[in-house]
Amino acid sequence: MPMYLNEDQAMLQDSAREFIAGEAPVSHLRALRDENCKDGFRHALWKQFAEMGFTGILISEEDDGLGLGHVEAGIVLEEIGRNLTPSPFLTTSVAGVSALNAGGKALREKYFPGILSGDTVLGLAIEERAKHRPDQIAMAAERSGNGFKLNGKKTFVIHGASADALIVAARTAGSAGDSEGLTLFMVDKDAAGLSTEATRLVDSSVAAAVTFDNVEVDADAVIGEVDQGQDVLDALLHAGRAGSAAELVGVGSGAMDMTVDYLKQRKQFGKLIGEFQALQHRTSHLYSEMEIARAAVMKAQQLLDQGNEGADVMVSVAKAKAGRTTGLAVREGVQMHGGIGMTDEYDIGFYMKRDRALNEFMGDANYHANRVARMHGY
Amino acid sequence: MSDTQIDLEQFRSDIRAWLEENCPQEMRQPVKGEDDVYWGGRNASFKNDAQKAWFEACVAKGYTVADWPKAYGGAGFTPAQNKIWKQEMARIGARPPLSSFGIWMLGPALLHFGTEEQKVHYLNQIARGEIRWCQGYSEPGSGSDLVSLQTFGEDKGDHWVVNGQKIWTSYADKCDWIFCLVRTNKEDKYRGISFLLFDMETPGVSTKPIKLISGNSPFCETFFDNVVVPKDQIVGELNRGWDVAKYLLGHEREMISGGGLGDGAPSLGAKIAKVIGTDDSGNLDDPMLRAQLAQFDVDALAFKAMAEKFVDEMKARKGHPAKPNMMKYAGTELNKQRHELIMASGGSDALEWESETSNHGAKPRTWLRTKANSIEGGTSEVMLNVISKRILDLPGA
Repeated sequence: MPMYLNEDQAMLQDSAREFIAGEAPVSHLRALRDENCKDGFRHALWKQFAEMGFTGILISEEDDGLGLGHVEAGIVLEEIGRNLTPSPFLTTSVAGVSALNAGGKALREKYFPGILSGDTVLGLAIEERAKHRPDQIAMAAERSGNGFKLNGKKTFVIHGASADALIVAARTAGSAGDSEGLTLFMVDKDAAGLSTEATRLVDSSVAAAVTFDNVEVDADAVIGEVDQGQDVLDALLHAGRAGSAAELVGVGSGAMDMTVDYLKQRKQFGKLIGEFQALQHRTSHLYSEMEIARAAVMKAQQLLDQGNEGADVMVSVAKAKAGRTTGLAVREGVQMHGGIGMTDEYDIGFYMKRDRALNEFMGDANYHANRVARMHGY
Repeated sequence: MSDTQIDLEQFRSDIRAWLEENCPQEMRQPVKGEDDVYWGGRNASFKNDAQKAWFEACVAKGYTVADWPKAYGGAGFTPAQNKIWKQEMARIGARPPLSSFGIWMLGPALLHFGTEEQKVHYLNQIARGEIRWCQGYSEPGSGSDLVSLQTFGEDKGDHWVVNGQKIWTSYADKCDWIFCLVRTNKEDKYRGISFLLFDMETPGVSTKPIKLISGNSPFCETFFDNVVVPKDQIVGELNRGWDVAKYLLGHEREMISGGGLGDGAPSLGAKIAKVIGTDDSGNLDDPMLRAQLAQFDVDALAFKAMAEKFVDEMKARKGHPAKPNMMKYAGTELNKQRHELIMASGGSDALEWESETSNHGAKPRTWLRTKANSIEGGTSEVMLNVISKRILDLPGA
């Protein structure tokens, strides 16, 4: 598979670019923020995503989706990132669908039609700490009658309060740190004993802390096999990590493009500031890093699509590289904009905020660099 | 020629069988020092019989330059065949039969700009390792600002008379011929430079080695005092040598930019952990160094993906023409960082300058040598300038 977009992918990129920049540019996020939008995204836009076919990118043709791969999902995510578009695409159509694809037909039949039509939003109830530690999941799911009883707390569930269902990772056996004994469940939002507390985050998105107080689910809520949830969780994490890396590359590119434009307009000391070599070199360095990050993300997506066993390492490389590089892009962006970069009126600050949230989502650059070291045996 | 999958599978097994028969075991060991590499040339001698046998077997088949046309000394491999050839070489760890600036730098320029006579004559010589080439670009006052060069070739009708000085001419004291940038018009800074080839034994050519911080050096100063160069030894058009030089620098930068990947090992950290050791939880026993290595491995693997993307884009003619500058910048900076980490990991052992166990200071000498990566072939600062100007279109860049 060559490392550039083929004709179909380039067409998808064109239509995603035009659609997202047209319908949901940064001003869309600003408007939602200003009106204190409860869900942090527009359901009407999610419907439009469905009409474009985007919501079914990772759903197989057998299940009425487009049957495409992570490269194609990444194309849409990069445009979402570039425009800072608030959308449940990453959690629902990328990470959520990847988990459900690893589960049974009954769950796919129950949830895929809603996802395809843009009616259903999924939340990912994975995290139990402020830092991403999926190997330390401790929340309990005890056997009870025909099903299970869930007790515990999850945090940083993006769109958790507006989601129609949550994907919940819990322990049916073993303890934190074991790879056996994990089980993943689909839990509908109106389940008795489920309570969510919504929080507005720095990037204006809305996440929830979710409390499970004797929440009862049937056996058919299990995604995959009881005690064998690690594979389902891995599918979810791979998709979510590669996907958020792609979105980060979009955020970084958007910030860089905005900054380069500014360097060509802003005058100081009687010169365009883009004429100063000090700024030129930093910008060129940033460009080089962004290109490398984009390549790392594409490699990870291609390996995922091929089912290649090297995907695991490369997904962490992609998230780490995209995390560090986009961090650089937004810091340089604000700095090179000078005073105006610190104002709410200018968009560059929005990029800095989104980068911070996306960096934390499913593991920051340090977490993933550490993971790369572990996988290489040191 | 089209390659069907079946043809290519057959091709691969043929290559595999040929290598098995013709590549001696001694030529399947990693290169340790300078004399493990055969550079060819008039005064060349082989280190041992295995090196000679391997070189001669490859020359006979056109495998020193496998992707060049047969008429020019190659094997006429298609890109797909050439890839298989390289893969099969790498699989058994085969050393290149011939290392040569003629192959890496001059050859591609001649293939693109040379006349038919030049191609037949020079490319065949290069393929057979008969002539060892050096490159005459930089001058004492013209390093990064190459177009300011002063070496002048005066037109004398059927020949030029060249006067001036070059610097950083790698292996000039060991080479047979030079490909050289010479000013042939003093009026036009850019369109006044020609690309000349001439014999280093021509009267008036002299060389003087330059010792570097690494304690040794391939570099020389090279002096031209009324050197006579026949008119048919120009490559490309008169006064358009800059086109040839830029084309060639593109190849050189691609070659240098591969450096950050090291010897193909996927993880520098994994290698270093074996030397330093791990603690009870399996972590490299130096947490700060471990963190630096982890960051480096991320950067190296990401760059490797970029290198693959770069090659794919170039082949499909999709890449930005200034992309090689970006690759050169990123690759050389990464390589320098790699050797900083190797030195830090080696501790006091890596400081040894003269001993049998240290392979005569291989580590510190290599570390010091890599500092030139971001200077030679265009400095990192010049690469960043090119990106600013040609890709980002920044004002006044």
